[in-house]
Amino acid sequence: MKTYRSLVLVSSDERSIELGAQDVFQSIQHEVRRLGLESEISVTMVGDVGRHDAIPMVIIYPEAVVYGPIKTEDVPYLVEEHLYKGRIAAGLQASQRELSGRIAWISARKGTLPAEKRVVLDRAGIIDPDNIEEYILHDGYQALGKALGEMKPADVIDTVKKSGLRGRGGAGFPTGIKWSFVARTPGDQKYIVCNADESEPGTFKDRLIIEGDPHAILEAMAIAGYAVGATEGYIYVRGEYALAQNRLRNAIQQAEEFGFLGKNIFGSGFDFKVHIHSGAGAYVCGEETALLESIEGRRGEPRNRPPYPTTSGLWGMPTVVNNVETLANIPPIIQHGAEWYRSIGTPSSPGTKVYTILGHVNVTGLIEVPMGITLREVIAIYGKGMSNNSSFKLAQTGGSSGSVIPASLQDTPMDFDSFAKAGVALGSGALLICNEDTCVVDLAKALLQFFRRESCGKCNPCRIGTERTYAILDSISQGKGTLKDLDDLKLLSEQMTTLSNCGLGQTAGTPLRDILNYFRAEVEAHIRLKVCPSGVCPMSGR
Amino acid sequence: MAVEAKHGSNTDRVIEEVIEQYGASREELIPILNEINRKIGFLPNEALEKVSRQLKLPQSNVLSVATFYQMLSTKPRGKHIIQFCESAPCHVVGGRQVWEQLQEELQIKAGETTKDGKWSLVTVSCLGVCGVGPVIVIDEDMYGSVTPDQIPEILSKYD
Repeated sequence: MKTYRSLVLVSSDERSIELGAQDVFQSIQHEVRRLGLESEISVTMVGDVGRHDAIPMVIIYPEAVVYGPIKTEDVPYLVEEHLYKGRIAAGLQASQRELSGRIAWISARKGTLPAEKRVVLDRAGIIDPDNIEEYILHDGYQALGKALGEMKPADVIDTVKKSGLRGRGGAGFPTGIKWSFVARTPGDQKYIVCNADESEPGTFKDRLIIEGDPHAILEAMAIAGYAVGATEGYIYVRGEYALAQNRLRNAIQQAEEFGFLGKNIFGSGFDFKVHIHSGAGAYVCGEETALLESIEGRRGEPRNRPPYPTTSGLWGMPTVVNNVETLANIPPIIQHGAEWYRSIGTPSSPGTKVYTILGHVNVTGLIEVPMGITLREVIAIYGKGMSNNSSFKLAQTGGSSGSVIPASLQDTPMDFDSFAKAGVALGSGALLICNEDTCVVDLAKALLQFFRRESCGKCNPCRIGTERTYAILDSISQGKGTLKDLDDLKLLSEQMTTLSNCGLGQTAGTPLRDILNYFRAEVEAHIRLKVCPSGVCPMSGR
Repeated sequence: MAVEAKHGSNTDRVIEEVIEQYGASREELIPILNEINRKIGFLPNEALEKVSRQLKLPQSNVLSVATFYQMLSTKPRGKHIIQFCESAPCHVVGGRQVWEQLQEELQIKAGETTKDGKWSLVTVSCLGVCGVGPVIVIDEDMYGSVTPDQIPEILSKYD
């Protein structure tokens, strides 16, 4: 796949096919070739587009114009007008009413490119992260001043609630609600903990946020402290992130010198102190209760819940635990208001999301885009297409909290609810893009190898489940698998999900579940034919 | 990796300095072990004993923490430590071939140290530099987009 100027999507649900979607698709391809545009324009059939009043439907990106119903005889005019002359093909557009689901979202973005939108990375790469004055010059600590000077703690929580901000660590819990739990729980001492133990494979957004804009995290923590009545904060940073730790230490020192942290901030009577705690290499410490155990100087084994950290967290006190990216959204929300924030992203998942793009694409790296962008757009626009003209096979959305997403779901808007509806998880924001040379058994093995080494061993379903599934996958990859293995994998993944104590085990089976759902035939080929279709697995047991 | 102290009184001094720097409280247990591990290269028994006495924690407690975290080692390790990322993002872009080459070159497996004590080879989970996989880290130097044929050249930089 290459970078295309335009993407043409043809609806191909059963009704559309009945009404001739296949012919429409073929004649679009034919017209595109006739005009010599095939290297610039990609034409795809995309399944159900969520609207059936004007099918077969043709949607053209990046303008997101929706045409329908389209008959074969409309195609030459449509292609010539829109794709060749670059203007809307008059009279063919679908009506604006009855917008729902994916179409509603596409229309909302009509006329705009799915451009990068920077909220949390606004300053990263622009300011010198080691210089607080540059942060101040770029509106830094204004939100804290506004919160302390003009708002009551309840107003701050209310604003965050209204903004619709949801946790960016993977689970998507509404941040304002979490804060309100802590605010109303009585406690002599409350804590704000920033979870910077970013260890999901493929995820490095939090590192880049801290390294690029450390003061934003400090400012957000102080605002959170003011909102819930906490006077101390901890940032738990991965042991491997030495530069991020140094930047934070330096930033804390500067903020204290300038009076943005410490006693009586802005003369408001509010005190806030931030500590840094370095991890020592344990993925499970990204789980919030394991993280609290680790700060207290113990093995990072997750606690039983309830009670949740919001009632009994660090040293038994009410505690807010927020991800780095979540916190980085706070200062702009306070500064510009909930309304402004809700204007970005989708209605149920406002704001932006930071993604890391990895794997078989031409350009890897970090992007921040409005919630609701699709995988196809990410690959075509930001990944600059698949590398070596290969085709897209699947995407893995990051470590334990993510899913394996097949090509058939690449037009699903990436927000919490659309993904949940499609039965997959958004995860922490890693997008590992894989081409057809990737074997799903081999990929599952690599993922389960990760979980089995990172399982803390406290509860049986996770400790044994990750070992057993890895062993089964290993034997399948050697051509020694049996069909019963498929049932066992399914059962084990379900048991890990339902019986494990914490998020690690509960989601360790997710990639397996997805692979059995979407790529079962490929796994069966390993077992029945003793063949690895991608030629990756050793298959030594043949 | 700078091995500043190997045995005996030197070790004692390092341990005392570190505990003094952080303060003898349970909250500081992990930072203290981290720092001792960094300075000595691993956590010898006497370090665990001393830390447990000073922090007034049962030795079993200190040992259980020391063996839980990946960055802490209770066994001596080689002069140089090679960390190989085995997570999926590095794996799918050619990590496996790099791993095979590393084992071939050093003639050791994961978690082992060469007989001459020069190299230790460990596998680690994601190091957060996935944009340039496959990734290996030698001591504190990071190498990205590594190919198998680069391995001999990279290793030859260390003595």
